[in-house]
Amino acid sequence: MTLTATKLTIIEALNQALATEMERDQRIVLLGEDIGKNGGVFRVTDGLQARFGEDRVFDTPLAESGIIGTSIGLAVNGLRPIAEIQFAGFMFVAMNQIVSQAARIRTRSAGMYHCPLVIRAPYGGGIRTPEMHADSLEGVFLQTPGLKVVLPSSPYDAKGLLISAIEDPDPVIFLENIKLYRSFKQEVPPERYTIPLGQAATLQEGSDITIITYGAMVPVSQQAAHKVQEETGASIEIIDLRTIWPMDEEAIIKSVTKTGRAIVVHEAPRAGGVNSEVVSIINDNCLYSLLKPVARVTGYDTPFPSPGLEDSYIPTVSRVVKALRQTLED
Amino acid sequence: MRKDELETPYQIMDPAGKMLGAMPEGLTNQKLLEWYRLMWEIRYYSNKTVALQRQGRSTTWGPLNGQEATAIGMGAVLQPQDWMVGSYRDAGAYMAKGYPMKALFYYTRGFSIAPELVGQDKRCLPYQIVLATQTLHGVGIAMASRIKKENAVTMIGVGDGASSEGDFNEALNFAGVFKAPAVIVLVNNGWAISTPRSHQSAAKYLMHRAVGFGMPGMLVDGNDVLACYSVMKEAVERARHGEGPTLIEAVTYRHGAHTTADDPTRYRDPKEVEYWMQRDPTLRLKNYLVEQGVWDEEKDRQIREEVESYVNEQADIAYNHPTPGPDGMFTNTYEKLTPRMLKQREELRRELNLEAEVK
Ligand SMILES: Cc1ncc(C[n+]2csc(CCOP(=O)(O)OP(=O)(O)O)c2C)c(N)n1
Ligand SMILES: [Mg+2]
Repeated sequence: MTLTATKLTIIEALNQALATEMERDQRIVLLGEDIGKNGGVFRVTDGLQARFGEDRVFDTPLAESGIIGTSIGLAVNGLRPIAEIQFAGFMFVAMNQIVSQAARIRTRSAGMYHCPLVIRAPYGGGIRTPEMHADSLEGVFLQTPGLKVVLPSSPYDAKGLLISAIEDPDPVIFLENIKLYRSFKQEVPPERYTIPLGQAATLQEGSDITIITYGAMVPVSQQAAHKVQEETGASIEIIDLRTIWPMDEEAIIKSVTKTGRAIVVHEAPRAGGVNSEVVSIINDNCLYSLLKPVARVTGYDTPFPSPGLEDSYIPTVSRVVKALRQTLED
Repeated sequence: MRKDELETPYQIMDPAGKMLGAMPEGLTNQKLLEWYRLMWEIRYYSNKTVALQRQGRSTTWGPLNGQEATAIGMGAVLQPQDWMVGSYRDAGAYMAKGYPMKALFYYTRGFSIAPELVGQDKRCLPYQIVLATQTLHGVGIAMASRIKKENAVTMIGVGDGASSEGDFNEALNFAGVFKAPAVIVLVNNGWAISTPRSHQSAAKYLMHRAVGFGMPGMLVDGNDVLACYSVMKEAVERARHGEGPTLIEAVTYRHGAHTTADDPTRYRDPKEVEYWMQRDPTLRLKNYLVEQGVWDEEKDRQIREEVESYVNEQADIAYNHPTPGPDGMFTNTYEKLTPRMLKQREELRRELNLEAEVK
């Protein structure tokens, strides 16, 4: 029997990845708030409790520190927990467990114990959610050695990356962009496949300028690139980092050495963020190839604003177009 | 009477509106008629916000229908110098404390509060989203009142789901240790999105936790406005007289969805909803007032019409109130913006102008 690929949203692709892995690996358990009967507030775990039972898919009391703290114990004692935090903003409640504990178990125990834990959480703005439902936290986790940080931008990647995250022997923060969740469908093979963590994807090749981005800014960058290509005939390369830690330095260096121009685009605030790390990598490795300073298009250095103001916070196609034009100027 | 020894929630009025105990001191029919009207203000405020959300004008929002009696108890027992620190579903309690409805409506538009609509400080901390976090703020506020020797009590609202958070338990502990003049009302509406109360704690009642934190715990029928008032009043008096905090569990029910983004039919038995609809707090007070001969269907129709148009007016004021410009996110991050932020704001303003020119 040959299985045929069907078109799935990111939500459906993640659901499929979870089901596939739970079928294969009895050690996997899912825990979080409203993930059982309700299937999670975004339905990523829809139907999984009915299929795998309440011992493997369970709702917890509302306590993020409790969810992550006990997940650490589950992981240390041989299970493969996948914890859902209902919105990434609530990971702050569990920060001690994530940053000071999950990320350090291996170091602290000199490798005797480790923590194969996946923490999934929706993040990002653009759909008018209340306070703390839209924040992008990846910059905080970038500053946390011991964690891997994954941010898929497509259904295909979401499935392959989640399976890799589950297989990974160390804690992985898996951030799912809310706006992308249902925004488009893509063919996703029904069989199991993995995408290595730490490997960027070159979405389109080009020779004049590189856009380095990830998450919800991938489609925004693609639209901007399209516009500038039409306008100026420039040849634009787009790199989707997919995993911001480990970061695919090779992909960045290779591309920027070739194009000599780059812009970095993300929704998270600017100061000390992923953009800063990317610019440093360029600075360390391909400074002499650069023809123009690297431009950065990011959220501002303010708290993520109230929903009524988010449209002017989140980078737009026109902001990316402007950065491209400026960086392409001689 | 020690309500913490009760096995069932304390009631003064049964669901049919029949008196089971004495009318709390100081309550007149006049007062009860005011509360009855306030119940409908809260409910229509809730309905109106849902309607506005359906029109794409309000953001995602959590209706509070069914919890009006608890809300009124929480607000009505306070004096102007007292504080209210509630959850997102305690908007009714804010109203009962005197927080203007238009200011609450404005908040539902998806901007920070508009102080000019609040007017004089009402000592109501804007509700926030991260569960249980406000309970610690409330205890801190109460500790400050004690340290400053102010005769102010802090009313703290928190949900049954939120009671599982570490912060809630830390708040109770601090309140106990520092004898904070605080009343913590745990609004047990049966559900935390799809998670039933039974899944939050193996304890029969959440207020049993009070014992472990060295304070009295009380259990009250949260749909009985007289019982809520009586129990909360007693707790506020204790706090005001330096006797420390009290935990009150008010047993009520969330009639509607968790928020406008939720579908409760996925997890809730319609029979359960039906059971609680018969225990609707508005119905109970109405039955009592009718029984007293001070109310009838005609008056009821009239007041509901009146309240509805009042609520619409308040919404109109809020929804026509000026909102911050698109660069508003920079305002109020600090008292004085950092040089970097000033630069970013300039950048944004230039971009917005550019976009306006292009259009
Ligand atoms: C720390 C944190 N975790 C999760 C959420 C998401 N969330 C919002 S409301 C809610 C349920 C809260 O239930 P409860 O405390 O009973 O209050 P109710 O909504 O019933 O008034 C959840 C899980 C949140 N806001 N904050
Ligand atoms: Mg609740």
